[in-house]
Amino acid sequence: MSKYYLNYLDELESEAIFVLREVWAQFDNPVILFSGGKDSILVTHLAKKAFYPAKIPFPLMHVDTGHNFPETIKFRDDIIKDLGVELIVGSVQESIDEGRVAEEKGKNATRNALQITTLLDAIESNKIDCAIGGGRRDEEKARAKERFFSHRDDFGQWDPKNQRPELWNIFNGKHFEGEHFRAFPISNWTEMDVWNYIKRENIAIPSLYFAHEREVVWRQDSWIPNSEFLILEDHEEIITKKVRFRTLGDITITGGIESEADTLEKIADEVSGMRQTERGNRSDDKRSESAMEDRKRQGYF
Amino acid sequence: MLDNNQLLRFTTAGSVDDGKSTLIGRLLYDSKSIFEDQLQAIENTSKKKGHKGVDLALFTDGLRDERDQGITIDVAYRYFTTPKRKFIIADTPGHIQYTRNMVTGASTANAAIILVDARHGVIEQTKRHSFIASLLQIPHIIVCVNKMDLVDYSEEAYNTVINQFEEFSSKLLVKDIRFIPISALNGDNVVNRSQNMDWYQGAPLLHTLETMHISSDINKVDARFPVQTVLRPQNETHRDYRGYAGRVSSGIFRVGDEVTIMPSGFTSKIKTIDTLNESLKEAYAPMSVSITLEDDIDISRGDMIVRSNNKPEPLQDIEVMLCWLHNDPAKPRAKYSIRHTSNEQKAMIKDIVYKINIETLDRNTEDKDLKMNDISKVKIRTTKPLMIDSYRENRTTGSIILIDDTTNETVAAGMVV
Repeated sequence: MSKYYLNYLDELESEAIFVLREVWAQFDNPVILFSGGKDSILVTHLAKKAFYPAKIPFPLMHVDTGHNFPETIKFRDDIIKDLGVELIVGSVQESIDEGRVAEEKGKNATRNALQITTLLDAIESNKIDCAIGGGRRDEEKARAKERFFSHRDDFGQWDPKNQRPELWNIFNGKHFEGEHFRAFPISNWTEMDVWNYIKRENIAIPSLYFAHEREVVWRQDSWIPNSEFLILEDHEEIITKKVRFRTLGDITITGGIESEADTLEKIADEVSGMRQTERGNRSDDKRSESAMEDRKRQGYF
Repeated sequence: MLDNNQLLRFTTAGSVDDGKSTLIGRLLYDSKSIFEDQLQAIENTSKKKGHKGVDLALFTDGLRDERDQGITIDVAYRYFTTPKRKFIIADTPGHIQYTRNMVTGASTANAAIILVDARHGVIEQTKRHSFIASLLQIPHIIVCVNKMDLVDYSEEAYNTVINQFEEFSSKLLVKDIRFIPISALNGDNVVNRSQNMDWYQGAPLLHTLETMHISSDINKVDARFPVQTVLRPQNETHRDYRGYAGRVSSGIFRVGDEVTIMPSGFTSKIKTIDTLNESLKEAYAPMSVSITLEDDIDISRGDMIVRSNNKPEPLQDIEVMLCWLHNDPAKPRAKYSIRHTSNEQKAMIKDIVYKINIETLDRNTEDKDLKMNDISKVKIRTTKPLMIDSYRENRTTGSIILIDDTTNETVAAGMVV
């Protein structure tokens, strides 16, 4: 007997595929912003579904801060090869070398904010008119206000108080030369939905998400991985712990959690019992109450 | 969660005074959807602002301006999940100057929660919210009679509100209206059954949302498939593949079905219905699939595949209920781009039949301006036919937006009468 309704994951999947196809139909030169994190992997997986049996008809773009987990870069290159699509890399190191941005100083320095300039430069030089991202509305309060199709002016800026109304599923991607859009196909997914779907579809994700032994240091309430970029304080000490990462950003700012979850099944179980939001381990969001809103206004992801 | 759990989208319109934010905060808090770091942030802000205890309403704050002014300006989306369903709340502001945001939030909702203060009964704002819910054809309306604690949990006060509401709502087109007496502040009948209102035999709000039948909300009769894009892989395994990619708007398509392509009128049969995982025997709303046909026909974005024995009407003159969304008023006889499913044409507003006073629901045939937040019945002429169903029968193929080509802004949203 047939049931003529979709379950929640199928409905979210169908919605995301619809958005991705709208992007392809309404823009000349879209890209998927690919960070190697689970959300951009999910968007890429959904794009594969949206255009099957054709391959994904646009490139992936990685804004490379130079402060990567090596696992992420390996994963990125494998997925590009598997999909047979082009990879565009915007390099923060190049932006620094060209004097476009200046490196932050001090122990808590990150390249997080520097990415904005590199991203906008890459969008401009590659004439990209829509950058598809894995942003979700449940992540953060400024993101809760995002549209599926989100307009950016010719300086790449977001004007949250003056957004285009978005009714039903009619998306308006019209824009003038020099402006671009951000599109968010998984706007309506929560962290839990993402994990349940990854588990269901058995989507490959970087090993960093699974519990593993790693050298870490305890800083700002989470386990920061040891790397060539880490500057130790006197009282800090590097130890080996079994950790996993809930989100993946720069190796310098992404904190791990102690965990034994080494399968997708266990990760989904663990996430469902979490009492902290996933961005709680991201020091970029801890800077102020409107840290995300401020960065987004300037052109952040 | 179970595999057959559904997604329910509901909207809440109202202002802080109605207890809307408190209600949402309560739903999220009691269903354990608020994380500790979020709660910590709210506690800090409550303390900074000098509030006593934790102000759950702060959880719905978004942008910096909204926090500073203590109001909701834009639609914000909230999420929570119970063992029975996943929920998306479109949290919209309730004041008259934000009608357009309410309309936006209502456009995708299965259900609307309308809050009535038990002390004040049905007021203009209640009527406005109910009218918008009915105009946007939200299938289910739940009237929450709130602040029952302030009227001593009196059944009589509750019944008075019901009578008032039923009297005025007889004019509205809503299929399913339910009433629940609640206290959002104290949690009565929100997630847990109230100990203070034995006289109320119905279910609390959350249980109502969890069990409400929504599978029939989508039109299952009229098969409509607007083509978004054409997939032509031209690779080894799919050399001659030509798939029409889209999302089923309504109805059911089966392999072998006789279909007509609108507007060209060519007919063919469905050969395959494809997804990455498998080829399907049938596809129904709201599934995203790729359809191939037995015959080679010229089909592109904007065309619609329908079943041959049930076709929408190709129309160039349409009457719509139009909500004006933009600061700039409508320019008389100006040309706009009109979007209807994946189709785009040019259009002109030929006539304004009447404007609705959304405080009184009276019709005004004299006022011919279309300003922000106005809701009017208008006549529109398009350059080419659109494949139209009435909004009442089909929310997807009965809705349009207008875009101003000089600014690229979305300026109006319409529902075909």
